[in-house]
Amino acid sequence: MPIQYYLFLSLALFCIGIMGALMRRNAIIIFMSIELMLNAVNLLLAAFSKMYNDSAAQIFVFFIMVVAAAEVAVGLAIIVMVYRKVHSVDVNILNRLKH
Amino acid sequence: MDILQIIFWILTVMAIGCALGVVLSRNPVNSVIFLILTFFAISGHYLLLNAQFLAIVNIIVYAGAIMVLFLFVIMLMNLNADTEPQKSWLVQLAGVVSGGTLFLVIIAAISKANLLGVINKETTNIGLIKVLGQVLFKQYVLPFEISSVLFLSAMIGAIVIGKKDME
Repeated sequence: MPIQYYLFLSLALFCIGIMGALMRRNAIIIFMSIELMLNAVNLLLAAFSKMYNDSAAQIFVFFIMVVAAAEVAVGLAIIVMVYRKVHSVDVNILNRLKH
Repeated sequence: MDILQIIFWILTVMAIGCALGVVLSRNPVNSVIFLILTFFAISGHYLLLNAQFLAIVNIIVYAGAIMVLFLFVIMLMNLNADTEPQKSWLVQLAGVVSGGTLFLVIIAAISKANLLGVINKETTNIGLIKVLGQVLFKQYVLPFEISSVLFLSAMIGAIVIGKKDME
């Protein structure tokens, strides 16, 4: 199995995540797209870990998972708080910092 | 084509199809379900790559904990209807074009690169908990401890942010 297959798969998942973050207006879906991007990077790190027979990359994947879990906890708390204030999770409503 | 390649292609199609489902489905609950399926496909890829510990942690942490948190928030906000207003088709087209352009640019870059690596089929034991634990607690013990502080601060931060105002 050439490494290119895993590169293309991770790249496809990453770009789908980017498209989701750019296309949708629901803040939770944007958050899920970010999770998708993090997972694409994790998959590529695991593939390179197998290729070079080195387990340090899998430790990096572990730390990325740790950071993602912390990020989701804080981010969802922020989204709940925003929903409590403006009764919507539409990111187009959240542009008040502009004016 | 041997059995591992067939499993690889099945998991690849499942991962990409479910990732498209996350982005394209109108109902946020369906998006969460598709994302869980994507995580299962990625866990299958981890198993093919001899990263057994990562496969289990991916299922427990992502599909188990994080997605349940997402589902809770969606149900709390009563978002399980198709009420989301859509962006204009021009903005959606711009999103697709920019994502696709990034895809093409990186493919063009890595197709010229001299990547001759092959992921060989023989099983290694680098993904076992024993080996990973040795590496984690010998070389990476300081980042591990710092990440515990990160978790504590994230927990306190989530509680403080989510608390009702006192006024």
